[in-house]
Amino acid sequence: MLEKDVLVIGAGPAGLAASIEAGKYGASVLLVDLNMQPGGQLFKQIHKFFGSSAHRSGTRGYDIGKQLLKEAEESDVEIWMQSTVIGIFPGNKIAIEKGLDSGEKEMVTMQAKKIIIATGASENAIRFKGWTTPGVMGAGAAQTMINVNHVKPGQKIVMLGTGNVGLIVSYQLMQAGCDVVSLIEAAPKIGGYAVHAAKIRRAGVPIRLQHTIIEAKKGADGCVCGCVIAQVDEHFQPIPGTEETIACDTIALAAGLKPTMDLVKLAGCKLTFNGPFGGYIPLHNERMETSCEGVFVAGDTTGVEEANTALEEGKIAGISAAEDLGLLTADAASDKRAEIWDRLHSLRLGPFGERRMIEKEVVMDEYKERIGTPSPIQ
Amino acid sequence: MALINTGYLEYEELESIQTLPSDERYAEGPVAIIECVQEIPCNPCEAACHFGAIKIGEPITKLPTLIGEKCVGCGMCVARCPGLAIVVVDKTFTDTTATVAFPFEYYPTPVVGEERNAMNRKGEIVCKGKIVKVVNPASYDHTPVVTVEIPKEFADEVRTVERI
Amino acid sequence: MCLRVDHHVILDCTHVGDEVEITVDGKVIKAYEGEPILAAILNAGIKINRYTVKRKEPRGLFCGIGQCTDCAMVVDGKANVRTCITPVKAGMVIKTQDGLAKGE
Repeated sequence: MLEKDVLVIGAGPAGLAASIEAGKYGASVLLVDLNMQPGGQLFKQIHKFFGSSAHRSGTRGYDIGKQLLKEAEESDVEIWMQSTVIGIFPGNKIAIEKGLDSGEKEMVTMQAKKIIIATGASENAIRFKGWTTPGVMGAGAAQTMINVNHVKPGQKIVMLGTGNVGLIVSYQLMQAGCDVVSLIEAAPKIGGYAVHAAKIRRAGVPIRLQHTIIEAKKGADGCVCGCVIAQVDEHFQPIPGTEETIACDTIALAAGLKPTMDLVKLAGCKLTFNGPFGGYIPLHNERMETSCEGVFVAGDTTGVEEANTALEEGKIAGISAAEDLGLLTADAASDKRAEIWDRLHSLRLGPFGERRMIEKEVVMDEYKERIGTPSPIQ
Repeated sequence: MALINTGYLEYEELESIQTLPSDERYAEGPVAIIECVQEIPCNPCEAACHFGAIKIGEPITKLPTLIGEKCVGCGMCVARCPGLAIVVVDKTFTDTTATVAFPFEYYPTPVVGEERNAMNRKGEIVCKGKIVKVVNPASYDHTPVVTVEIPKEFADEVRTVERI
Repeated sequence: MCLRVDHHVILDCTHVGDEVEITVDGKVIKAYEGEPILAAILNAGIKINRYTVKRKEPRGLFCGIGQCTDCAMVVDGKANVRTCITPVKAGMVIKTQDGLAKGE
């Protein structure tokens, strides 16, 4: 049976950072991901990242992705793409449906001393009449189409949601040559950063606050030809008589993300519900270890944040795995982690970050209380 | 804060949050206007300025401050700001006109000599503008900085040009 | 209809793969080898990938990253292929999927 020191699941910023870090200290690392290309969502992030100039801020997401892939290669990380983990068993045995170059799949079982789960997050849907009509899609799907596949999802777009995803994707749709008709937001204020909203506004695109989409209109071809919006009351309920119809061929939904928990659950990690982080997340400690011994988590899987925090958490998971493999002394590992926690701290300041900083502490306190010491996969 | 509700700032509101150049500083020539008003974790503008005219310090969520006397209006910060929230305004361009240099990441990039509608923070057309400079070196990493000439009275209003 | 992004200030939109032909429901369309099947057919104006099992409702691109299965089609006789994460190969024969289409 194939054996590796570390199996990392998910080749986004967290998984890549974890792989690079563990590889750097001499661990043999296998990184698997179900997508065609590694990088997770980084290659669709064509904007310049915020963050500290000491850590690649001001760099576009895809350039950070390229850099990570180069580092992964230098650290001898083995990468399997179009490969899906379908089983995690006691004794850290893993079943993987491996994608072959021919396009065929092959079942592989392997054993990993340490497992790092970095499966990211998926988009929330919002249900309204006609929400399954072709032309209604996640904002991330629209972003993938323009920035990775270079095909517009449509010509006239209505965006639901004004968090950073809604604002950034709207901007990028315009950069790709789409017409963004309007942004719709149920809350009485814009959710994302003001600088992102300012870009949308000075491009002349209206942002309709306290409104929601109540229906996607279906054309003769069976696809979206418009949407009906309405004003909402303080309980976010549509107010009758305020309906308006907007012509569009695409409705993009930016209603937040939730952590992708399938493999975390499969491994049997204990969970906690955390609203601000997007739903159920695995309890973990400051080493990013879950309730399962030798199973670590990083990135959006541990609570939805952003690429910068995912990268840092990935590094912590990689360092902790290397430490448990005896490749790093406890002191060295703990010093390195402290440095990274300082950086994470600075990324979680300000009116947008504070809440996440507090919630992260809540999660780790709960870990101490409920778990204390992790136990092997059952 | 109106910005959170509308997505744009009025000049007066900006003035109450950010340090804007004094009239005397405007009279000396081009100067950066930093329209960054929320404490977000971001500081590349500080490192972008070779003249030490932008200060953030620690923690990096602090708002940037412009030191008007040190700013030479070079525009390095305009291309580096990930939020595209900095412009350079020159109220001394001619007796009757001013220029605004802004980041513009839409296709097609304006060309020198072209006339385009100049727009304010709300996306309203304010006046006609003439493109007088377009800079897009590799160091700007695909953020062209476009300078538009407009009547002087609109210098505090115009922040971009229309997409075509 | 052409929905290709041909000009962009930031992105380099030159195609990596060769231009090839694929067949969708009997119609020949142009595609680039290696791009997701979904991208090629969306550019050709095809937005419906499958019809649901019971109510025969149309479905199309929804997540774009292989999670939701709304873009599943019958590809070279194989049903339930997620077209958003399956690369184009020259000569592929693709069909709109009806319900759980068993393949061939």
